[in-house]
Amino acid sequence: MTLLDAARGPVLQLALAIFAFGVAWRLSSLLLLPFARDKSLPRTGAPPAAFAALREILRRSWPQKSFGRASLFMTVNSYVFHLGLALIVFAFAPHILFIKSLFGVSWGNLPNNVIYAVAVVTVASLAAALIRRISNPVQRIISTFDDYVAWFVTLLPVLTGLAAASHLIARYETLLAIHILSVALFLAWLPFGKLMHAFLVFVTRGMTGAYLSRRGAQL
Amino acid sequence: MSDRETLGAALARCGISRRALLKYSSYLATLMALPPAASSAMAEALAKARRQSVIWLSFQECTGCTESLTRSFSPTLEDLIFNLISLDYHHTLMAVSGAAAEAARLEAMKENAGKYLVVVDGSVPLGDDGAYSTIAGITNRQMLTETVEHALAVISVGTCAAFGGLPHADPNPTGAVPVSAIVTGKPVINISGCPPLPEAMAGTVSYILSFGKLPELDHLHRPKAFFGDSIHDRCYRRPFYERGMFAKSFDDDGARNGWCLYELGCKGPVTYNSCATLKWNGGTSFPIQSGHGCLGCSEPGFWDKGGFYRPLAAGTGSPGVAVGAAAIGGVAVGAASAALHRRRLHDQGGEKPK
Repeated sequence: MTLLDAARGPVLQLALAIFAFGVAWRLSSLLLLPFARDKSLPRTGAPPAAFAALREILRRSWPQKSFGRASLFMTVNSYVFHLGLALIVFAFAPHILFIKSLFGVSWGNLPNNVIYAVAVVTVASLAAALIRRISNPVQRIISTFDDYVAWFVTLLPVLTGLAAASHLIARYETLLAIHILSVALFLAWLPFGKLMHAFLVFVTRGMTGAYLSRRGAQL
Repeated sequence: MSDRETLGAALARCGISRRALLKYSSYLATLMALPPAASSAMAEALAKARRQSVIWLSFQECTGCTESLTRSFSPTLEDLIFNLISLDYHHTLMAVSGAAAEAARLEAMKENAGKYLVVVDGSVPLGDDGAYSTIAGITNRQMLTETVEHALAVISVGTCAAFGGLPHADPNPTGAVPVSAIVTGKPVINISGCPPLPEAMAGTVSYILSFGKLPELDHLHRPKAFFGDSIHDRCYRRPFYERGMFAKSFDDDGARNGWCLYELGCKGPVTYNSCATLKWNGGTSFPIQSGHGCLGCSEPGFWDKGGFYRPLAAGTGSPGVAVGAAAIGGVAVGAASAALHRRRLHDQGGEKPK
């Protein structure tokens, strides 16, 4: 069995199984936890919980003015690499084919050259995020091992994908195998670290919005 | 033609001029990316070369490789080169000769010890002591082992000989192995393909005849001159890949307009061969040009890569059951941990949860 055969076959299947197990475990263990009954009366004029949750999800998508320029770079940079990653994963034809092989659904794709350009921008943006994390004293102090692992396993598939597309360093099939292995690593790590925010970001924001709005917090 | 006659003299006798030989040498040298001076050196060497003794063994194969090499679309100089080598033994062509053919093989081995080339097409069955394929009362393995003992080099023609091919495909009922699994201590050149390109065979033999050494080989022991680039890199449909324009079915407008066949399972990106440049039937076409994706036939294990029509981007397995079971397991573990938490709260006399 070649490296590519192993990557496309058992390794990818194992990674998908770990991913499915981890995500299901994290979500079910969280969502099935008992909720403490809120005995307080909602403040006068407090909107319904669903509306408050939705409003908070949207509101936290851009920093408040009071934060000023301090958080502007992080906000813009985060949008750049998140949108870049989304385009790479969901608008590159081979990736759409991979998703189609799993779920049977597909959609239109962007030209490969556009995706390559997006990937280069994404790599630069991820590099900037790391530099910021290391150079900013506050961010450096609050950063944990998980933050750096999350950054690494996110960057790796983009880098290896670019290398495979441009046939850099090694033969294409070797680079493709390494790329798939890096994706497998990303999938296997995602549920067990901060990358789980991909599933939980809107849940936590919504819960916070509903909880605080009921208590009259001016968010 | 006697064994002592040179190739140049024999070609001249057949009406092939020196100019034609020079043109052919230039063609081969260009194919193999040799320096400009190599073409004339090749022509000189070929003209002076004596007949190369060749023993051609056919094991578990379909004769497609021999058909490809001996029945080109029209008589070519490659045919003459093949006709002019001393084909001392060819199982398929000499089968009716019986014991006389076997005697010719043994005599050629004795007379040309250390100088003859062994060409093999077909894989070698090892299962049940090799009983699945025998010739003249001995197994393929025995015949190969005794024949290559005093050979100059071994050329495995076709994917079956080079990598096991179809007989080697899962579940491999005959225990088929490639030639390189048996031959040790001798140079083995793999000219893979199902079938291989005639030019690759002719070019390799001509190179050995001309320069007295083996051509540069890749990590799978294939001549780099013919297996150095992927089909994808040399494919005329490649620009459509970069533009993200893919045929969705074999008969849609995209397929007819030359769009990339990647989504239809083309294995061109991971297949190394010269089909896209040399093409077949005298440069007329090749599978992708005819509208079908590359099967990857010159690569090891190409039958077991998850399906000819499954895109390269898709995994080779069917993870549905495993992933579904893992997800159910995850929910079960999560629910159990949540239930434990509820019980702990209850035991501590805490508030009854909702």
